[in-house]
Amino acid sequence: MGVGIRVENLNAWYGPTHTLKDVSLHIPANRATALIGPSGCGKSTFVRCLNRMHETNPTARAEGTVMMGDLDIYKDAAPVEIRRRIGMVFQRPNPFPTMSIYDNVASGLKLNGFSKRRVLDEIVERSLKQAALWEEVKDDLKKKSGASLSGGQQQRLCIARALAVDPEVLLMDEPASALDPVSTSKIEDLIFQLKSQYTIVIVTHNMQQAARVAENTGFFLTGKLVEFAPTHKIFTMPSDKRTEDYITGRFG
Amino acid sequence: MMRINFQQKLDELKERLLVMAGLVEQAIQRATEAYSTRDTELCELVKLSEPAINRMEREIDQAALDLLAMEQPMAVDLRFIIAVIRINADLERVGDQAVGIAGRVKDLGMFANLDIPVDIPKLASLSQAMVRKALQAFIEGDADLAQSVLTLDDQVDEMNREAFRSLGELIKTKPEMSSQALNALIISRNLERVGDHATNIAEDVIFWVRGADVRHGWAPEED
Repeated sequence: MGVGIRVENLNAWYGPTHTLKDVSLHIPANRATALIGPSGCGKSTFVRCLNRMHETNPTARAEGTVMMGDLDIYKDAAPVEIRRRIGMVFQRPNPFPTMSIYDNVASGLKLNGFSKRRVLDEIVERSLKQAALWEEVKDDLKKKSGASLSGGQQQRLCIARALAVDPEVLLMDEPASALDPVSTSKIEDLIFQLKSQYTIVIVTHNMQQAARVAENTGFFLTGKLVEFAPTHKIFTMPSDKRTEDYITGRFG
Repeated sequence: MMRINFQQKLDELKERLLVMAGLVEQAIQRATEAYSTRDTELCELVKLSEPAINRMEREIDQAALDLLAMEQPMAVDLRFIIAVIRINADLERVGDQAVGIAGRVKDLGMFANLDIPVDIPKLASLSQAMVRKALQAFIEGDADLAQSVLTLDDQVDEMNREAFRSLGELIKTKPEMSSQALNALIISRNLERVGDHATNIAEDVIFWVRGADVRHGWAPEED
């Protein structure tokens, strides 16, 4: 099951640049939460702070509190463990190109010490089914490489890979922006299904996508969280003029 | 980046609705003038305006639908288009009321020296003022002005109730005047409906500007 995330006074820097300023919000469990805002507003930095990916950049640092359930992710656990529990899917599908479909999905498990063939088989099948890819690849699991799949299939493969290690939260950074409308629709359907089991945070430039998949939406601007509210409210009657100006295309 | 093309289309939609509003206001004005002057030619003009009003209603609906589908508007723009669709329907129905009044005036025209205990011109002037004010609020995006229309509706309702009472009495005491009284009663009811549509238009302006649904006396904080 998914778990909620509570963020308090989160600040982040890249070198001297203060990219995230005093962000506080509560991401509810088993819901999809969308983050929107113009390029450079800090939304991607924010999600990278949630699973401590941000600190993989040597000039980057973050301060503040991020609680996943009762776990303080900056104090109580190692980054590797956090990244297992909070999976991430990126804008461009990034399957391991030389690995088979099967090995792509199993890679995280193997890194975590799983080696029993039967267990691996089961988890690979379950993950590919959850990612709505199983039917399309089940006959070629070990014959084809991840790179041989279409863009949309590759992205679902990456989702299956993220799900295989049994995370509680799934972060998606513009997961459909490089995909055609049909593949985008499949990813959105998938998000809908996955949120019964996982907490999902999706960064998107596509506001219709946010409106379609997310229960709550946050609007970021110049490193600050301007507004966080139920999605229907953000897109019909936002409280803040800046949110309204952005989503109606008056700037951004 | 400002969506200039989209903003122009919204402006065009507003202009078209105002042209429609002009036709409707003219129809209701002519119908009530026809009542005062018993001018059956004016009644004919009101009837002739109906197809144009209906055509404009369809065109505005289509333009609004196109904008919803093609531009996927959000927030204030979305509320504006929804308000236009609703106001469009209300204006068309004000046009229908005008046609209804014109029909009754033609019937009344046969009866000379009508003496009925109801001030129809005053009711007409009040309901027309409501329409004008609601449309002015729409033009200016002025929710306060729209709010003031809502209070006028009570006066119109009261006048209509009074007409119902006094004309009912007239029918009882002077049965020979039943036909005039019934026509006057229907006209009073038509004008009361015009006031209701003006109220709807005002509520739609408030929805567009403030994002608050105040229909049926509902206040957002009650939710």
